Amino acid sequence: MVLQLAPEEKKMLNGEYGKAAQKSMEIIIALGEIYGAKRLIPVSSVQIAGVSYDNLGEAGLEYLSEMAEDGQTRVLTTLNPAGMDMVEWKKHGISRDFAKNQQRVVDAFERMGVVTTCTCTPYLIGNLPHYGEHIAWAESSAVCFANSVIGAYTNREGGPSALAAALTGVTAEYGFHLDENRVAQVKYEIQAELKGTNDFGLLGQVIGNRTGKAIPYITGVKKVTTEELKSFSASIATYGGIAIFHMEGITPNRTTVPEKTEVVTKKDLRRAKTELDDDEAEIDFISVGCPHASIKEIAEIANMLKGKTVAEGKTVWITTAKPTKDLAIKMGYYDQIEQAGAYLVADACCAVAPLKGRFKGLMTDSAKACFYARGKNKFKTEIRTVEECIREALS
Amino acid sequence: MQGRKIFKGRVVGEALVTGEDISFYGGCDPETGEIVEKGHNLEGKSISGKILVFPSGKGSTVGSYVLYALKRAEKAPLAIVNRIMDPIVAVGCIISEIPAVDEIEIEKIKTGQRIEVDADNGVVTPIE
Repeated sequence: MVLQLAPEEKKMLNGEYGKAAQKSMEIIIALGEIYGAKRLIPVSSVQIAGVSYDNLGEAGLEYLSEMAEDGQTRVLTTLNPAGMDMVEWKKHGISRDFAKNQQRVVDAFERMGVVTTCTCTPYLIGNLPHYGEHIAWAESSAVCFANSVIGAYTNREGGPSALAAALTGVTAEYGFHLDENRVAQVKYEIQAELKGTNDFGLLGQVIGNRTGKAIPYITGVKKVTTEELKSFSASIATYGGIAIFHMEGITPNRTTVPEKTEVVTKKDLRRAKTELDDDEAEIDFISVGCPHASIKEIAEIANMLKGKTVAEGKTVWITTAKPTKDLAIKMGYYDQIEQAGAYLVADACCAVAPLKGRFKGLMTDSAKACFYARGKNKFKTEIRTVEECIREALS
Repeated sequence: MQGRKIFKGRVVGEALVTGEDISFYGGCDPETGEIVEKGHNLEGKSISGKILVFPSGKGSTVGSYVLYALKRAEKAPLAIVNRIMDPIVAVGCIISEIPAVDEIEIEKIKTGQRIEVDADNGVVTPIE
């Protein structure tokens, strides 16, 4: 074994801290050996994916229950979206059976000490690492945001390996934990004005499709909001499998600038939009909040919906984290949205809820949501600005 | 053949070999062990009770949980032998306690052949 273990880590491997910690250590060491890690390093934050019962199934739940027998988190750990709003699921058309099983999943995590707020944007609700900090996150969009925008260090973990890091407080040092694997490889010159989460989603799609796993260095973006970066991170991770990007003047990581240069024009973005717009999409579902909407986005949407009524035959989900929803309730945004006939859905999203067969066509501002709506749920899709999505809901 | 231990165990059984990567999530029925990926050259075959030999894993991270489901349903493969093990399959084998070895020249193994997998030492040996 090349991997060197500290005394505490050896104790965990020998089962002195229980079965769950032992199994977790086995997972971390095996991954470390496969990728040639020399040592384990402490992590300060974990984000776990594989939370929706729709993805996990009974077997996944059994595994979690087994780990929960004696497993306890050692660091701050939060959860990815579940398949439903954990409180208001009934009015969103979720079945009682599904709700029961989803609750069992969340309960198992809670027994292990996980902070069971379910969101793909943990960095918006208090699980916020700082520059240079080593963490173990699953959820590809959050991984990309953490590595790129924050400048933390994480690999793209899967559900079981993220849980393993939570229960041991360590991960193996390989991949994106090492500076040499975070250097930009291809320069992308953006020759187009970008505005809104949908434009940045389309940019992520263009670069993601072109770059594959080559790390991009992006120039020409003069101004960008946190919400746009969140959308871009989700899209580039979905279409390219990218875990880190550099954006000149915006992201904090140091890198050399690659010579190899690609150009992205207005035309490329238009073509990407055409790819996500299905012919004859009959829109009966409008969803904004992939990744989860920030309080700023919710405030804007509430303002657009205030005093209006969602058209008959259309369902609107604005998806967000529970703490953000609570804030929206306090600010009156929740009432404005719900009185218009739209739903402010916490904990869940249109990609992981059990929605297959329920709708025909999705309109969204999210390029990532289009990908899962098509693949998993067989919906047709259209990508538009948030304003256009809300206008569609009302017409 | 000398390879690398991924998860411990020692078994003898019949090999089921494919030259194509396997995605357990969406590609294998978690209740029956049947390969269901359209067009896969093992489509319709059951991996249950076999020493499953394939190049590498692909697809969603939920795949680890499918191996676990197979183990629970007593439909898991006896062991897994890969050319290069990907983290999804590795994690699946560890959580399901399926003996696993990689860095093996898998083209030297034929479907139906009896082989011994000594994962403790990372060794795969044809018996006949």
